[in-house]
Amino acid sequence: MVEKREIILGENEPYVINMGPQHPSTHGVLRFELSLKGETVFKVVPHCGYIHRGIEKMCESNTYQQIIHLTDRMDYLSAHPNNEAVSLCVEKALGIEVPERVKVIRTILSELGRLASHQLWWCAFGMDLGALTTFFYGLRDREKILDIFEESFGSRLLHSYICPGGLMNDVHPNFKQRIKDFIPYFRKKLPEYDQLLSGNVIFKERSRGIGMLSLEDAISYGVTGPSGRGSGFSCDIRKSQPYSAYDRVDFKEILFTEGDTYARYRVRIAEMWESMKILEQLVDQIPDGDYTAKMKPIIKLPEGEYYQSVETARGELGVYIVSKGDKFPVRVKFRTPNFSNLFAINHMAVGHKIADLVAISGSLDLVIPDIDR
Amino acid sequence: MNPVIKYFSEIVKGVGTLITGMKVTSGYFIRPKEIITQKYPENRDTLIMLERFKGEVVMPHDENNQHACTGCGICEINCPNGSIQILTAKITNAEGKSVRVIDKHIYHLSMCTMCGLCVKTCPSDAIVFAPTFEHAVFDRNKLTLQLNKPGSSIKKGVKE
Repeated sequence: MVEKREIILGENEPYVINMGPQHPSTHGVLRFELSLKGETVFKVVPHCGYIHRGIEKMCESNTYQQIIHLTDRMDYLSAHPNNEAVSLCVEKALGIEVPERVKVIRTILSELGRLASHQLWWCAFGMDLGALTTFFYGLRDREKILDIFEESFGSRLLHSYICPGGLMNDVHPNFKQRIKDFIPYFRKKLPEYDQLLSGNVIFKERSRGIGMLSLEDAISYGVTGPSGRGSGFSCDIRKSQPYSAYDRVDFKEILFTEGDTYARYRVRIAEMWESMKILEQLVDQIPDGDYTAKMKPIIKLPEGEYYQSVETARGELGVYIVSKGDKFPVRVKFRTPNFSNLFAINHMAVGHKIADLVAISGSLDLVIPDIDR
Repeated sequence: MNPVIKYFSEIVKGVGTLITGMKVTSGYFIRPKEIITQKYPENRDTLIMLERFKGEVVMPHDENNQHACTGCGICEINCPNGSIQILTAKITNAEGKSVRVIDKHIYHLSMCTMCGLCVKTCPSDAIVFAPTFEHAVFDRNKLTLQLNKPGSSIKKGVKE
């Protein structure tokens, strides 16, 4: 005997809608499956895989030099740390010490990439919350960094510049002077960011107390980078496991303990100041020398498993390579920061409105190709 | 604090923060010279591109229609996604020996990711990056290019 039931949509059952994959505030092809009661979110299920290209599988049929250009396509907004991670892992496996010049230049490039990435995040985050002005102001300053990149490496976004053993070619003669010009310029312009957005009453109301993530949850979800440091999780790889030239520069690890969207915002603004401090210390200390160590044309890693992690603009990027002594790796695994950061969103967004979910996902600084890779 | 005073003081403070932001934007309104708006580069003749810009791979030819490519195939091996195909031919040279020369250097611009491995590894520096842009075409076949010009030959003195 079948019982007759009458279901009124949205009365007792959750009302499920899809946000994305074409939604502009997800910054790419990501789909959130939202369970709503009214406008209040009480469950978020992120569905990823829309831009999955199988980079890890493709790496298995590429040599170690060729892997570099694939890693650009993961976190494309700060491509240098991705290249650096693979290069450092290969160098670690081969036991190669790269020249001092390479180490310093790599550190400068990572910090420039971090600045460019945080600037674009600031643009997009403002726009997520309805402030269009930020988009133009942030891109104006980002353009200066991209010009430095374009002059030295020939491309603005996907550089493929850091390679196993060193760099693809030497930096442009103007490189040093351009950075020296950029730092005072951006020191003058960065306070504008605070005046425009940080102090704005509407912005504060929409970001304070939204998307709380406690320290315990940040650790258990593996939220790293500025998102984790906004919850007081000391997870900066540059401090804990210094690589390249980070052991000789003086900088602070930015920690905020509030754990809300506004704290994550302030971590990134403060990190921009710290990045400029690192650049100022290093730009005059670029030693002369070779731009690459002596490498064989065909790199064969000795048999074994190798891991190296670096701090990208979004968190900890780990590269795990398994080699059987061939010129191709047997298995490559990327521990990308965005993948771990994304899945804390259910914990953070529960009980908030849909508009707050946009603010939370914006404060995590998601790059979708990095999630799916 | 008295809730009424608190209510109104928050409004005043909030309006104050909005004015702070407006000051920045209106500052640029008065000083329009500091606004940087770039136009699309229509001035092709006088446009100076950055010398290292990676637009596409080209093979420079000299005035005698000669290039430096020996057809060794190192660029083809190093290319991660098969954008380069090298077709070689065997000819008999003046001394009566049969030597391998390049017939066609095919370059698929549509597949190229500008990683720069071919240019970096070329032993005779036969291919370089050209600072061109605007590669949009209506037909995909137009993006398959032959880098060596028809009738070209190898420069003297280029070792294999």
